Amino acid sequence: MLEVKSISKSYGKLVAVSGVSFRADRGETIGLLGPNGAGKTTTVSIIAGLLSPDSGEVLIEGKQVKSDTDPVKLKIGLVPQDMALYDQLSARDNLTFFAALYSISGAKAKQAITDALDLVALSDRADDKVKTFSGGMKRRLNLAAALLHDPQILLLDEPTVGVDPQSRNAIFDNLEVLKKRGKTLIYTTHYMEEAERLCDRIVIVDHGKVVANDTLQGLHKLLPVTNILAIELDQVDGFKPEQVLALPEVTSAELKQNMLRVGVVDLSRAAPGILNWLSANGHTYRHVSSEQPDLETVFLTLTGRSLRDAK
Amino acid sequence: MIPFLALVRKDLRLWFNDRRAVIVAILVPIILSSFFGYLFGGQKGSTEMAKIPMLVIDQDGSDISRGLITQLAGEKTLDVKPSELEAARDAVRKGKATAAIVIPKDFGKDAGQALFTGAGENGASKPELGILYDPSHSAELAMVRGMLSGAVMQVVSKEMFAGNSGREMVNAALAKVQNNPQIPVADRKALRDLLGGVKELNERQDQEGAGASGKAGFSGGLSMPYVTREEAITSGVDVQYNGYAHSIAGMGVQFILFMGLDVGIALLVLRQTGLWQRLRAAPLSRTMLLGSRMVSAALIAGFILFTLFSFARIAFGVHILGSFAGFVGVCVAFSLMTAAFGLIVAALGKTPEATRGYSIMATLIMVMLGGAWVPTFVFPAWLQKLTVVVPTRWAIDGMDGMTWRGLGFSSAVAPIGVLLLFALGFGLVAVMRFRWRTDG
Repeated sequence: MLEVKSISKSYGKLVAVSGVSFRADRGETIGLLGPNGAGKTTTVSIIAGLLSPDSGEVLIEGKQVKSDTDPVKLKIGLVPQDMALYDQLSARDNLTFFAALYSISGAKAKQAITDALDLVALSDRADDKVKTFSGGMKRRLNLAAALLHDPQILLLDEPTVGVDPQSRNAIFDNLEVLKKRGKTLIYTTHYMEEAERLCDRIVIVDHGKVVANDTLQGLHKLLPVTNILAIELDQVDGFKPEQVLALPEVTSAELKQNMLRVGVVDLSRAAPGILNWLSANGHTYRHVSSEQPDLETVFLTLTGRSLRDAK
Repeated sequence: MIPFLALVRKDLRLWFNDRRAVIVAILVPIILSSFFGYLFGGQKGSTEMAKIPMLVIDQDGSDISRGLITQLAGEKTLDVKPSELEAARDAVRKGKATAAIVIPKDFGKDAGQALFTGAGENGASKPELGILYDPSHSAELAMVRGMLSGAVMQVVSKEMFAGNSGREMVNAALAKVQNNPQIPVADRKALRDLLGGVKELNERQDQEGAGASGKAGFSGGLSMPYVTREEAITSGVDVQYNGYAHSIAGMGVQFILFMGLDVGIALLVLRQTGLWQRLRAAPLSRTMLLGSRMVSAALIAGFILFTLFSFARIAFGVHILGSFAGFVGVCVAFSLMTAAFGLIVAALGKTPEATRGYSIMATLIMVMLGGAWVPTFVFPAWLQKLTVVVPTRWAIDGMDGMTWRGLGFSSAVAPIGVLLLFALGFGLVAVMRFRWRTDG
């Protein structure tokens, strides 16, 4: 369906994208995960035909976008990161205009607009001016505007930026419906929770390069640990995590304030030994729990930096 | 065609939805053109001009100086008041009077002498009339100087030929001429005949005046030996100049250019938004994206011109006295030129903020040189020649030609052609230079 082959793009000395490759099949949702400035938007812009890559190519059903009017563009729907709506016009007038850009008019346009508004649950506000909408409603309408020409591939560039959790969930519900309809979604985000919830495959990008490209399960396998034992200590005076690291089955140990996080390969075998060692050495604790490592941990492991803190 | 029409329709809706833009584009030029039109002659040239405030300081107190003041006070365009020297100087400095005339002591006597001999009494130079003037009113100074010359000639000659001091002076001059060996014999005879004739005329008038009171005799002095018959050459014999026709064209051109500038700035702003990405993601050609913007801007410009001239017709009686087709042609060509101007602003500008400043300056220069504020005929000759490279000059001249000048279609061909060439040139440069990508 979509093949991105080793695309690169530089602005002067700044390398925005360097040799990015991935593919997306019909009905698949690909998450482009990375911090701000990682090259996600540039990658999406190249796929949408807004930018030409310095090298590499993008194939949509085996064809390249060769000109501004190339019919291949009809297969793509773009949801830009910035709100792409006319505030002074109503929701319906906005959608009528965006449908006309794809030469859709009359009854066909009317049906497409009704369907899109139904999907994003804005039918009851169709004739209100967009400037009266909340941020979440605008985001949903921004999504609807990309669906009117029924594209096979939907490029979603951080579509939930700045919206409340309720609206975010509503957008996720919309995307899950589209996914069920067999649409291919390319979803850029720097929120690992979004990628974990929506994506079949996750392409992690950093400094314009792909650092990992796998399913969520596959990415977890890249980690040296499969579980984390989190222990809240009563006292940390004189406590040294290196002592825990020396225990059998333990692969990592990190102490932040009075929370000790111990990485282990097999939780059931390692946990009793760790807890016994703590008791035997006079380190009392008030709470113990286990955690699954998340994408944040994956990103940290792969890049040595936190996803949210990365610049 | 569906996308093109949708793009044009959307631009028009957005513009008409923006009440502030509509008000600025229509109401403001109406107000300004009404004001300028009134200043520059108004409807049928009936506007009465303000009188020039002028002070007179009479240090002579002679019949001639009093006659001169009376003569000047009779001028319709002057508001003459007596004053003292220092007070007059202060009034002119403060702008309360445009000019002050200082009639020095013995002016009457010296002026009479100078009328016949070219010099003052006892060979002194000609007497001086002082004119204190406000340098910001140089045009009025020329008028004052002209009226003063006429008045002095009339009053002094009248006094010389018919007044008491004139008679004394003629007698004295006659005596001087008769006894002056330095004057050649032939010249002496001619002067003696002239002055003798004047003396004889005066004596006869005295006798006639004593015998038949009320007979005027020669008492008017020298006056202009002609009167003028003025005829404003407009589109017809009974058609008079309408100052509003020019001002509505000038202000219309100015504010339509501002609208064009806004179109360009809006394109620069649009390029930084998600809307631009969405438009570019659609299968639309660049020609369609820029062309639709040009057509919508031209339609808005045409609408503004139509509204302004409709208002001018109803309120000020501005009619298209020349070729209607020519007028429409000039308006269409100017509208297209404005739209292309907007595109070139967008093409050459980098950021909206930086572009706004220099494009406003460029617009104002075009408007000024095009004659939108004041007609180009008041410009120096070299500047009038220079302004033929300014498109607004062609637009305003074209509109003037088709409205109050009442010219035929052939006179509109050159303005239409030049404006279309500008539109084409601007459009081509805009398409070539426009930065389609947002990647700098």
